[in-house]
Amino acid sequence: MSIGFYLAQPFAQHALLAATLVAVTGGLVSPFVVTRGMSFAVHGTAELAFTGAAAGLLVANNAVAGALVGSLVVAALIATLGSRPRERDSAIGAILAFGLGVGVLLLSYYHGFATAATNILFGNIFGVSGSQLLVLVGIGAAVAVVMGIWYRPLLFASIDPEVAEARGVPVHRLGLLFLLVLALTVTGAAQVVGTLLVLSLAITPAAAAQRLSANPLLVAALSVGFAVVAADGGLVASFEASNVKPSVFITAFSFAIYLLARLAGPALREKRGRRGQDERHGRRARAHLGPAQHAGPVTTRIDAEEGG
Amino acid sequence: MRGGAAIELRGATLRVGHHLVWEGLDLDIAPGECLAVLGPNGAGKTSLLKVLLGLLPLSGGTAAIDGHPPARGSPSVGYVPQQRAFDRDLPIRGRDLVGLGLDGHRHGLPRTKARRVGQVIDAVGASSYASAPIGLLSGGEQQRLRIAQALVGDPRLLLCDEPLLSLDPSSQGEVVSVIDAYRRTHGATVVFVTHEINPVVGVIDRVLYVAGGRWAAGSAAEVMTSASLSRLYGSHIDVIEVHDRIVVVGGKDGDIHHLDLEHPDGHRDRPRHRGSADREPGP
Repeated sequence: MSIGFYLAQPFAQHALLAATLVAVTGGLVSPFVVTRGMSFAVHGTAELAFTGAAAGLLVANNAVAGALVGSLVVAALIATLGSRPRERDSAIGAILAFGLGVGVLLLSYYHGFATAATNILFGNIFGVSGSQLLVLVGIGAAVAVVMGIWYRPLLFASIDPEVAEARGVPVHRLGLLFLLVLALTVTGAAQVVGTLLVLSLAITPAAAAQRLSANPLLVAALSVGFAVVAADGGLVASFEASNVKPSVFITAFSFAIYLLARLAGPALREKRGRRGQDERHGRRARAHLGPAQHAGPVTTRIDAEEGG
Repeated sequence: MRGGAAIELRGATLRVGHHLVWEGLDLDIAPGECLAVLGPNGAGKTSLLKVLLGLLPLSGGTAAIDGHPPARGSPSVGYVPQQRAFDRDLPIRGRDLVGLGLDGHRHGLPRTKARRVGQVIDAVGASSYASAPIGLLSGGEQQRLRIAQALVGDPRLLLCDEPLLSLDPSSQGEVVSVIDAYRRTHGATVVFVTHEINPVVGVIDRVLYVAGGRWAAGSAAEVMTSASLSRLYGSHIDVIEVHDRIVVVGGKDGDIHHLDLEHPDGHRDRPRHRGSADREPGP
């Protein structure tokens, strides 16, 4: 059957809209995920959406609400236990393992139809309902507003926290805000399109984009572009080859873009924006010949001996 | 000088937990003055800058900048942090870093302020590489851009934390002259934290030496003496002049451990022996 046939179907239109919304949202948060080294936080919150959904089913028979509330709990736990960058990944690992165990326990008490919870892990982009689309629109709008207001200080805090702090940027609070936005985004998207796609659309696009440019705005634009191309392209490709699931194509396209960017990166990014290479090489050479500059009084003595 | 001082410290005391960092610091720094803050690592040089930036409260005494208590984010204060190389993959260029120094604390999307940013990049001599990814630049180049970032808001007070660290001698000289040129043209006050007095000795007016909870302030000739440093360290220190360079020697080799405390980045330095070919590679 042709692509045109599918595009006329409401389920396919919903899927395309959902994929585009998740791609734009993921593409927007992605540069900060990569710059702040929070890929594992994305992974952790995405998978723990399962636990939240199971809790939501058990308490209120509502997986979506459970996942969203659960994401706030997860964000708070990560912020509390992993406040220092070096310990963050191990804290997330610990929370993730325990959280998934809790999810399994909760699910064993739930006697209803548990697909809603397990769907969280794998998602079903062809089963997106109108109300789920609304959730995605809401998340996308919230992310766009947060980025519109706090983009600049968040960039400052992510790239240059010491100076940002001295300039009056609330570095710590912005970190919490971003973690919260990230958890909501990832969880909301995961319960609609599945964890796999969230990982593919919230991490990979900026990882590819920052290989190609060091201009932060261009990286953000490329990141959104790559995410949309991978998501919509993968979905349309799955119309053609309907025996293959769309997430296979979407993750494959995303990874292909990443590999191409890594191949093209050295030529595009690393040779750009510099005039007068020779001067730099000269300085490098001198730096290697020069005496150690670090340590106070005694190094001074070495300097003096060279002078004399 | 009282009342007209750019920085005024009165009985300033800092404790971290039970540890006394420094105590009873009394100092007036005049507008346009350049002060070098020297001392071993852990003596509280960086902490003094944090107090002046409004990031760290004093445990006792008072500090004032232009007659007001230090306030975080003050537009009249420029800050060059302790040098730490940027990651190679960081998606940012030098001109973006400088631009953030101008308005990174404000809400909203980045706006073009190319003219002001371009001017200050020119002024520090970084225009040939300001559009390259910052993580790919040499230590000296990154440092010039950091200084441009601190200067872009036309600060009246410039606080520099070890801006010469891990730079080769010619880059050190260039960085010092960029900072001094700004001070002279703008009448700015400069506080320069450093391990090494020699690269800055030609541009500083006074020295504040902190060690072992004690401090001494005055001209380099007054402070950098055997008597004054021996008192601060509480052990015998020789200060000698060789070819116009001030050389501080910590008595017996065994004392060097105490003097040669730590690198600011936390690695304990190996003791260096006279005449050994102990060299650190460049940045």
